[in-house]
Amino acid sequence: MNAECFQIDRRDNVATLLQDATEDTEVLVRGDTQATSLQCRALIRAGHKIAVCDIREGDHILKYGQPIGVATSAIARGEWVHLHNCRSLYDAKSSSLDLESGERKETRYA
Amino acid sequence: MPETTWQGYLRPDGRKGIRNTLLVVYTVQCAQFVAHEIAQGEQDTHVIGFPGCYDNEYAIRLMLALARHPNVGGVLAVGLGCEYTQPARIAEVVERSGRPSESFFIQEHGGTAESIHYGKALLASLRERASKVERVPMGWRDLTVGCECGGSDGTSGLAGNPVVGRFYDWLIDQGGTAVFEETVEMIGLREVLASRAATPEARLQIEQTYEKAERYCKSVRQYSISPGNFAGGLTTIEEKSLGAVAKSGTRPIQGVIRVAERPAHSGLWLMDSVPDETFMQFGYTNPNDTEGIMDLISAGSQIVLFVTGRGSVIGSPIAPLIKITGNSRTFQNMSGDIDFNAGTVLDGSSTMDKAATSLAGLIASTAAGEMTKPERLGHREYFIMYKHQDTPSLQEGCRA
Repeated sequence: MNAECFQIDRRDNVATLLQDATEDTEVLVRGDTQATSLQCRALIRAGHKIAVCDIREGDHILKYGQPIGVATSAIARGEWVHLHNCRSLYDAKSSSLDLESGERKETRYA
Repeated sequence: MPETTWQGYLRPDGRKGIRNTLLVVYTVQCAQFVAHEIAQGEQDTHVIGFPGCYDNEYAIRLMLALARHPNVGGVLAVGLGCEYTQPARIAEVVERSGRPSESFFIQEHGGTAESIHYGKALLASLRERASKVERVPMGWRDLTVGCECGGSDGTSGLAGNPVVGRFYDWLIDQGGTAVFEETVEMIGLREVLASRAATPEARLQIEQTYEKAERYCKSVRQYSISPGNFAGGLTTIEEKSLGAVAKSGTRPIQGVIRVAERPAHSGLWLMDSVPDETFMQFGYTNPNDTEGIMDLISAGSQIVLFVTGRGSVIGSPIAPLIKITGNSRTFQNMSGDIDFNAGTVLDGSSTMDKAATSLAGLIASTAAGEMTKPERLGHREYFIMYKHQDTPSLQEGCRA
């Protein structure tokens, strides 16, 4: 099975999936990139980000050639990059959101 | 990239237009029907107006900027007769700009039918006088372009806005001018934006504008990111904001202009359309896409680009709107409305540079007179509302 992702800026360490990909999917990399393809290492939905290289804990996550956050753990090439391993540099609450729905866990419906 | 010139309309202030449009301006909602009837069936005539009876300096400034836009050749101002905003004063300012203008009150001309008849006759004389404008060669350095996005989807930040950004870089390198706004969608990017300032003064302006947008967001308790954005794959507000700012490209920001203010010289400019904190609180910043497009036209943009991933059907008066999508499916579904498909960069059939070049070609042919899809369909949506910018403080009162 194949999927594609799009890298916006050559300096980026993530690209955006254009179709859903599962573990072991071969992902073709398009856009401003040197990578041609990579092995997906998790279930990643279309619109979500895949690491195009190994990223160390504390490194900036780069998209548009700019930091969109910081890695909260080491991320291997091909892994999903989202709320569970990337924290906003601006919004302190971003990593407390539900990983699937994005909903704020502390909001009470009582 | 196309090295192009076309024939423009020379205005007395030295600016050049790509259209020679007649504009009917109404000064209160009560005159709206008559204004539209006057323009009905006149291909070269557009309508704008302000619905409020009580006047508002921001709305008047905006209407005056639009009435003296380089694409406008003549103006007819129409009022009912008892509102605060004065059509004769609008006509005076337009006349001083070297354009033919007329004005009247409906109450002084016998009602609907007589006013429409009278207005049509005035329009014919304005057209006659406006047709005498000098035609001159015009190129990229004479062009100001604005860009807005709305009805966005995941492709807007990936393809639509980045392709516009690539075009903006090229336009600025040719000596042209570009404007972008939507500062409330730039939250988290204070340093990213400030680091692009062309001068220390510009840096200060950008920082103050950013801080104002952030205060606005705090006061209305809303940021531009929502749970659906996270579920869709955006991880941080910086990421979403960068997708919106991508339309500005990478060139230095020369400074900040406000609504109805035009850039002092060529290059890239940021527009602040967020209302000032005033006795009526902030009010709304961009209540809809059309409002933002009007802001960009008020800066003198002869063409406005509108990036819409999901697809929108709006157009604009005065400055042609070129609608761009990053979503190839939207382009196919709404092919009668959307002018340009930037989705080709995602499916690999084009590159960012090739797409930007082909967008430049479309802009050049539009500037040379080719009608955009919204123009051909007759879309001329406009929106002018109460807002407060550069108004007296709470202590000074509302009519100081």
